[in-house]
Amino acid sequence: MKKIFSHPVSLRKTSTHYCPGCGHGLCHRLVAEIIDELGIREKTIAIAPVGCAVLAYDYWDFDCTEAAHGRALAVATAIKRVRPENIVFTYQGDGDLAAIGTNETIHTANRGENLTVIFINNAVYGMTGGQMAPTTLLGQKTTTTPLGRQANLQGFPLKVSELLSQLPAVKYIERVSLHSPQEVIKAKKAIKQAFQNQLDNQGFSLVEVLSACPTYWGMPAHKAMSWIKEVMIKEFPLGRIK
Amino acid sequence: MAKITIDSEKCKGCLLCITFCPKGLIKVSGKFNKRGADFVEFKDSGECLGCVQCAIMCPDCCIEVYK
Repeated sequence: MKKIFSHPVSLRKTSTHYCPGCGHGLCHRLVAEIIDELGIREKTIAIAPVGCAVLAYDYWDFDCTEAAHGRALAVATAIKRVRPENIVFTYQGDGDLAAIGTNETIHTANRGENLTVIFINNAVYGMTGGQMAPTTLLGQKTTTTPLGRQANLQGFPLKVSELLSQLPAVKYIERVSLHSPQEVIKAKKAIKQAFQNQLDNQGFSLVEVLSACPTYWGMPAHKAMSWIKEVMIKEFPLGRIK
Repeated sequence: MAKITIDSEKCKGCLLCITFCPKGLIKVSGKFNKRGADFVEFKDSGECLGCVQCAIMCPDCCIEVYK
């Protein structure tokens, strides 16, 4: 018998701190698989965010650094400009990229830095205890919106990908989801494209990944997958945005 | 003819593999690992297709597939 699915070399064989069913573990594996496939492990530098994925550097077996909350893209810009031969990517959640780091995100995209961004959108703040994120859906209950998010009080979900797609310097934006095996395969393809763009010096590439947070959505993992499919995708449609 | 192996110490019992296995060959073990999770087990009945859907969906990379 031949092994047809194995643990990627770039992912350490340690147990992660993520909750059962969390999409972060899945996305970490996709990134590790892509880095193995492209053969860029020795020249990759990852920037971990602040949020649930803050310990990503403990799980990936390649060079990683940490940035202050929301500043991952500023740090990435510096690293890429000093070491253009390296492959630099940030891995950020919605709190990091779309709340405290909105400024850095927009300006880095507007400068068209040759970077890859993996944006994990799970519509909630995981690390701090399930508070409302900018991407929380209307009506979605979180610890800070116990009656559900209301447009007149908390505004509408922020669509970062659509927002950034208006900028002329942005090369590639795609929104993918991790709710089924088919979608995970598509997500891997999109993330690989974002890395390939950087290898080809194409410019700023961002992949928004709709990912489950069963703990703070208050549902088991398989229902969280159905919730992405039936509710979340209606607000955040999948596909190539730019 | 295919089979999977599950790293029971890393398994957190999210049960996504059970949800996505088209043949229903993965079951809850009823036992606990060191982290206190009710991990899953592969029931090999010779029906495994090696479709890798369980491994693709496992958030903790516990599953390896042989075919």
